[in-house]
Amino acid sequence: MTVRVQTGDFDVGAEIARLRSGDRSVGAVAAFIGTVRDVNDAAAITGMTLEHYPGMTEAALEDIVADARRRFDVADVVVIHRVGPLVPGDQIVLVGVTSAHRAMAFDACEFVMDMLKTRAPFWKKERTPEGERWVEARASDDEAARRW
Amino acid sequence: MKTGASAFGASFSCLMASTVPTMRDAPASTLVSVRIVYLARLREAFGCGGETLHLATDDTPTVDSIVETLVRRGGAWADELAPGRAVRFAVNQKLVRRAQAVANGDELAVFPPVTGG
Repeated sequence: MTVRVQTGDFDVGAEIARLRSGDRSVGAVAAFIGTVRDVNDAAAITGMTLEHYPGMTEAALEDIVADARRRFDVADVVVIHRVGPLVPGDQIVLVGVTSAHRAMAFDACEFVMDMLKTRAPFWKKERTPEGERWVEARASDDEAARRW
Repeated sequence: MKTGASAFGASFSCLMASTVPTMRDAPASTLVSVRIVYLARLREAFGCGGETLHLATDDTPTVDSIVETLVRRGGAWADELAPGRAVRFAVNQKLVRRAQAVANGDELAVFPPVTGG
């Protein structure tokens, strides 16, 4: 299991290669990469700053991964989430899961993202031509998390 | 990473009085010190990344009772922490409900619903 919160970018290829390395029981790799969009709620986005709660954020991500490993038959999981200033096109988050078969890898990847969106302490502040604004939580994210 | 160590995490430069004793004259009361951390939009609304509250109380404080103490300050505190506002709480970095008891030396974080990912 790898959980990292960092300001710098990450190399998806290298992270997936590391996740798979040395485990020949793996037959499936599922990954989600979240990126910064240039539009949100009908406003142009010129950038955003991601804030976290050092200590709790890492612990929350580790709890979510541990929960995923109890629920799904997965081989390994990587979660990397960036903080600090980002611009449209930047990578924000990587969730990668390896498993023997694809169904478990897809499900575990989606589970980790749904939980991360509702339980991991990160907050986005967007920059728009009209000024800065904090992103509001979405009810649809709570609904997605309740499915599990 | 240590709490508050990140440039993008909590900063602890409180702009207002950091000590708010309550019921100071209550008989046989004990002093409970709680480190409060405000994050994201709430840190900006309060102009304050955190503070230490010293509560003189007979009853074990809870998240709810501490929120009531903060609301009595009025202004942004009363607005942002009013009943019905979406606010989340963590005690010692674990998400908790408002009925959670808070002990001397605990860290209580107060923040808006999360928006990462």
